[in-house]
Amino acid sequence: MIHYNKFTLANGLRVIVHEDHTTPMAVVNVMYDVGARDEDPSKTGFAHLFEHLMFGGSVNIPEYDEPLQMAGGENNAFTTSDLTNYYIQLPAENIETAFWLESDRMLSLAFSEKSLDVQRKVVCEEFKEHYINKPYGDVWHKMRDLAYAVHPYKWMTIGKELSHIENARLEDVKDFFFKYYRPANAILVVGGHVTTAQVKLLAEKWFGDIPGGQRIQRNLPIEPPQTAAHKLEVKSNVPLDALYKCYHMPGRTTKEYYATDLISDILGGGASSRLNQVLVKEKKLFSNIDCYHFGTLDAGLLTIEGKLVKGVKMKDAEKAIQEEIDKIQQTAIPERELQKVKNRVESMLAFEDMGLLNRANNLAFYELIGDAAMMNEEFSHYEAVTSADMHHEAQHLFDEKNSNTIYYYAG
Amino acid sequence: MINRKIAPEIKDATEFDITLKPYEKVTLDNGIPVYIIKSDEQDTLQLELVFPGGSWYETENLVASATNFLMKNGSGKHTALQINENIDYYGAYLNRNSHHEYATYTLHCLTKHFEALVPVLQEVIQDPAFPEEELAIFRQNMKQRLAVNLQKCDFVANRHIDKYLFGEFHPYGRVSSMDAYDALQTPTLQAFYKQHYTYNNCKIFVAGHLPANLIELLNQAFGKEKWNGESSIIRPEIPVITAEEKKFRIFNDENGVQGAIRVARPFPNRYHPDFPKMLVLNTILGGYFGSRLMSNIREEKGYTYGIHSQLYNFRQTSALNIQTEAGRDVCEATIEEIYKELHTLQKEAVPEDELHLVRNFMIGSILGDLDGAFEVIQRWKNLILNGLDENYFYNNIKVIKTITSEELQELAQEYLTPEDFYELVVI
Repeated sequence: MIHYNKFTLANGLRVIVHEDHTTPMAVVNVMYDVGARDEDPSKTGFAHLFEHLMFGGSVNIPEYDEPLQMAGGENNAFTTSDLTNYYIQLPAENIETAFWLESDRMLSLAFSEKSLDVQRKVVCEEFKEHYINKPYGDVWHKMRDLAYAVHPYKWMTIGKELSHIENARLEDVKDFFFKYYRPANAILVVGGHVTTAQVKLLAEKWFGDIPGGQRIQRNLPIEPPQTAAHKLEVKSNVPLDALYKCYHMPGRTTKEYYATDLISDILGGGASSRLNQVLVKEKKLFSNIDCYHFGTLDAGLLTIEGKLVKGVKMKDAEKAIQEEIDKIQQTAIPERELQKVKNRVESMLAFEDMGLLNRANNLAFYELIGDAAMMNEEFSHYEAVTSADMHHEAQHLFDEKNSNTIYYYAG
Repeated sequence: MINRKIAPEIKDATEFDITLKPYEKVTLDNGIPVYIIKSDEQDTLQLELVFPGGSWYETENLVASATNFLMKNGSGKHTALQINENIDYYGAYLNRNSHHEYATYTLHCLTKHFEALVPVLQEVIQDPAFPEEELAIFRQNMKQRLAVNLQKCDFVANRHIDKYLFGEFHPYGRVSSMDAYDALQTPTLQAFYKQHYTYNNCKIFVAGHLPANLIELLNQAFGKEKWNGESSIIRPEIPVITAEEKKFRIFNDENGVQGAIRVARPFPNRYHPDFPKMLVLNTILGGYFGSRLMSNIREEKGYTYGIHSQLYNFRQTSALNIQTEAGRDVCEATIEEIYKELHTLQKEAVPEDELHLVRNFMIGSILGDLDGAFEVIQRWKNLILNGLDENYFYNNIKVIKTITSEELQELAQEYLTPEDFYELVVI
């Protein structure tokens, strides 16, 4: 059970305080309700590039990192398709430094041409390091494009192509900032060795006078149900053939999400999962295989991916996966196996909650998707899933028409 | 109105009193030491068994890591699947690791499931069967993984730089190969297991929320028998042979759009008085986001997504290693900038405000790292396995708090001469 207090400032900034007096540290987490899905299709990668620019100085503070390091703090940030999150950890005595820094960059950035110029290059190198210069690094660009017809999950957070990042202008940066980086669109979580009264004072003092802005109203295109299987063959300079299968799955806030998540664990969670046991150990068709999804807020993709053992034919490998999928569709999950995946979730949640930063980040996330209180109810949703629910979900999830397959050949 | 241009007051690093929470030590009936850090804030625990079974002790390449990996894949009573299913059923994680010196098995679980998991742990440690089929699968899958990794410039660069620093036959410079995987044989693994995973070589580290009957459970499983007999492990002396050449360029992928750069030199081990001082100089050079290398090469020039320097924590001897992946056409310019930064540290004393910032950053970072029982036991483990105690930890903190700009410059003059560094680009 994670305890917290919640209040909202007059400008709309939602504030959550999670007191934990067993640590000498404090964390400050600011989550903005904007991600790659909010981008213009001709300016992709922008939310993430923007995250880099948030470290390039703000209107009253030329350097973001230096004063924080001087206060013994560390920070980082990440951007997903759905949201952008900034976090700081520092000794609790120096908490006000974090308020000072975070509030000033919420007030306004410095919008320096130099910072934009450098970060464009840095992000291009990040793009190359992770998606061009790695074997199989391009597969997710191809898969998203294959699987989505209209929804902005069609492109990756890093961006569709290098040119989109190279062409970003300072005007775009300003527009983006004043549209999305407003108190009304943000959630502030403060955790650790702090009191709610202290946070109230500090939040009013530093964030209270920032113009609130508008909470953004999304009107994203809804992905229509897929009506035919999509397939793509790729040949690339890689050493092994690989197979990727993605199925459209329910979004993070739906009731069906939980059964689907457990299905992915039955197939690919842990060394005893079905795909690992049958396809790697018994049939020896794959050298490794995984089943996972990204927990996206809008409808996402349940993914099965594996590298084929040298000499194994693609169609044999695919057939063997299909047999496991047929089993899930036709036969009820045995009671012990269902209990196993629930136990795994319980344990995973407990280990996740050990870190103060994780707790703060999760509180912000649940508040973003509805209410921080949902964090404490999460496991009960998994506990409630029955074998029949999973059987039901598996039918349309694994419908052949709902599938997207990439045959990635070594060439 | 508040004045946003003025930073709030801060408490300085030197004023923070960092204490390393002491451990409790219990000895099992057969003499196995158990080091304990209790914390009742969560419902989780971590238990680690440590053996002197790292690559230092192997006589054939990869034997230590293969032994460590395969112990979990089948016992006298259960198949790999049954063992894995049992661990997964309780939502636990049983991770194995093999480093240069030590090999470990680490259990993470909810405290309420610990008792049920002890027999599994006992079986894995005391009764591994090393089935032929599991070795065959391991060999094949590891070779496939290696084939993929060999296409990555950073992976290839890491292998080569360690070879230049330590020699290709030294455990620190030796690398995996298809041939070495092919050569692995079950009897060799069994023999290595029998010699290194014995009761008298075992140490246990536990942290978290512990069951009341912890010691009783551990005694039943690990403390009664002299399992695997008594074996005395002698740590052989293995000489380091560094490369003669200093500069290397390797083309691994003709279409590569980035190069993996490594600039590294040997450095004394952690017992040398310069080691803790170098930790500070390394931080200034490339050990945090505001470092000289990051500020110049990422934040000023945009040549890379990240550049870091690190001091290896190896036992026999260490090394200072600067690493980055940079755009293919700016690799040579990046190396030039790295040398410029080394020169600057030799020529000019680190300004007082920068040193002040680095002190504060390092102390804050240690304070954060010590947050939680798992983190505290990790610190203790590193001290104990290296024959050190809390004085070493407190001395490092004292060095961070008191080292002067003059000392850092002297250190830079001794150790940061560009000609002493190995230099490698893998494209």
